[in-house]
Amino acid sequence: MSEPTAAGILGMTCPIPISDYPHVQLAHGGGGRLTHMLIEKLFAATFANPALAELHDGAVLEVPAGRLAISTDSFVVSPLFFPGGDIGSLAVHGTVNDLAMCGARPLALTAGFIIEEGLAMDDLWKIVRSLAAAAAAAGVAVVTGDTKVVDRGKGDGVFINTTGIGLVPAGVSIRPSAARPGDLVLINGRIAEHGIAIMSVREGLAFETALTSDSAALHELVARVLEAGGADVHVLRDPTRGGVSSALNEIATASRAGIRLDEAAIPIGEAVRGACEILGLDPLYVANEGKGLAIVARPAAERALAAMRAHPLGRDAAIIGEVVADHPGKVFLKSRVGGVRVVDMLSGEQLPRIC
Amino acid sequence: MRYVDEYRQAADVRKFAAAIRARVTRPWTLMEICGGQTHTLIKFGLDRLLPEPLTLVHGPGCPVCVTPLEQIDRAIALARRPEVIFASFGDMLRVPGSDTDLLSVKAQGGDVRIVYSPLDAVKLAQRHPDRPVVFFAVGFETTAPANAMAAWQAKQLGLENFSLLVSHVLVPPAMQALLGAPDNRVQAFLAAGHVCAVMGYREYEPIAARHRVPIVVTGFEPLDLLHGIYLAVTALEEGRVGVENQYARAVSREGNLPAQKLLGEVFEVCDRAWRGIGVIPGSGWRLRPEFAHYDAERRFDVGGVSAQESPLCIAGAILTGHKRPHDCSAFGTRCTPEHPLGAPMVSSEGACAAYYQYGRQG
Repeated sequence: MSEPTAAGILGMTCPIPISDYPHVQLAHGGGGRLTHMLIEKLFAATFANPALAELHDGAVLEVPAGRLAISTDSFVVSPLFFPGGDIGSLAVHGTVNDLAMCGARPLALTAGFIIEEGLAMDDLWKIVRSLAAAAAAAGVAVVTGDTKVVDRGKGDGVFINTTGIGLVPAGVSIRPSAARPGDLVLINGRIAEHGIAIMSVREGLAFETALTSDSAALHELVARVLEAGGADVHVLRDPTRGGVSSALNEIATASRAGIRLDEAAIPIGEAVRGACEILGLDPLYVANEGKGLAIVARPAAERALAAMRAHPLGRDAAIIGEVVADHPGKVFLKSRVGGVRVVDMLSGEQLPRIC
Repeated sequence: MRYVDEYRQAADVRKFAAAIRARVTRPWTLMEICGGQTHTLIKFGLDRLLPEPLTLVHGPGCPVCVTPLEQIDRAIALARRPEVIFASFGDMLRVPGSDTDLLSVKAQGGDVRIVYSPLDAVKLAQRHPDRPVVFFAVGFETTAPANAMAAWQAKQLGLENFSLLVSHVLVPPAMQALLGAPDNRVQAFLAAGHVCAVMGYREYEPIAARHRVPIVVTGFEPLDLLHGIYLAVTALEEGRVGVENQYARAVSREGNLPAQKLLGEVFEVCDRAWRGIGVIPGSGWRLRPEFAHYDAERRFDVGGVSAQESPLCIAGAILTGHKRPHDCSAFGTRCTPEHPLGAPMVSSEGACAAYYQYGRQG
């Protein structure tokens, strides 16, 4: 059986007759005939690959010798479909990026679906198709999975868990504690686009914008950065929930070093800045799903930056700060007007302000 | 970004700071009214660019901070009702009531929704005709027009299931109360630009004349604030009193007349308790009798709440400019944004939250 391409998957139509089952029923998770139909027709046919085709209790894979990275992530985004992506593509990008931030080349993914009774079959199909297309585009197979259906009211449409395994190339050693004073902080592009895109379509907060999520798989870009920077690439981290500030605070704490950011150097789109000003949000705390921070020893930083910029997902890459010896564990920001302030870890959730 | 970037130019900021330093010959105490202005000052480190004899004290203009505890407790009581959809601006959700906050009520099953506009709460009521929707209408004159519009729209639409829990406060009576206090030390005010965009600044003229103070209507960007401080200091040094308008790109003397007309149709002036300060006569708005049907306090039995402030919190002294956040023994220790004891520690306009977030621990 030949493995499908992203374009091929996106051209597929729903294999479950919508007229028979317009909505997911509890029986689709009950282990009987309907479960089998769902798994065989919807999941296995879409994710088509030899490991999955066995329909065994698990996947058995041949792996090259070396070190494996493993990462798991659960996706509960609301709404399920948002500008620039959906929960399916996000479930691939999130886990692929977590592997990439370990310096690993992703090998395979698992996908677990917890579906709320009543989810439109067509929505489930769109999500599965999108997940499969994102995996195919990233060159990663979904080799095993699971489906459960919960009572209506006990889920938010669908939750997806993906676990990924990846191979860490020899010589690569990426750890959050490896930042050293003098290292430079790189990011591959404009911040805060995912969080603001999601917020723009949430009930009660909807506002008109052409913004789209930055959701994307970063493993190819990371591979280029590692080729360019080698062992001088000390830390990689994707600033998802909590944004750039939380990711850098974690690194500063783990590395017992300070991080000084230059506000004017941080790439940010005009529309995102405008939305943040209006909503009273600090873009440094807003989620990204297609951004990676790299902390690189100074001599290799320009090479790593050039490697980022040569990749389509890194055209707006920039050096946004440096690691310093003073104030270990803290992140500082030099503001556009020249003042300096602490950028602390986010407390709770960022809430839109009154006025 | 237009109207933002040109007010954040580092070279201009340095120029204004130098001009202020050149102007100041003796100690002066200024108060910026609005929490948004406090936030800009601390976020951009502007206060550190000012000369030593100049003291900025942070005013009570944070709607989250001054909404009285009783109203927070009423909001919590309403949000706990299983039939109610309780809609609120986001930053009210973390404000501590006597024993809990709205986020915790949400976690325990209350249907609490964050909206950005009160008109979205009206839409919620249209979408859920079988459930009462209550909107927490808090804030100064800035948020009042949209809240008034929500009540007005609900009446036009004949919506039976929409009401407002109103806790509106007004700036000029609070300034009068501060200036009339025997221990007042504020010598000049930076008035809140956005409030004046709605209301104009005519009502500040008698205050400036009566209390012999300069009042400068000031915007919110770094250069706005430094320009406002420069104008206030110049007036003080020259012994002038009266109202000046730094924020002319948004504020006229008359203000937004259609908004004022709507406000007059929907709201009437009432006495209002300010959290940490107490009752200030004539300092609030409530719904007029014609809009009684949209008043959540009349629609639901929410009386009988007994409010209990944390004994450690010195919010009153902070909000009147007598103390700074790090003068408080609980600041940054027992009181943090994760566990606020008082409203000024709740994001995003409270002075304590601004000091904490931007690393002013001492």
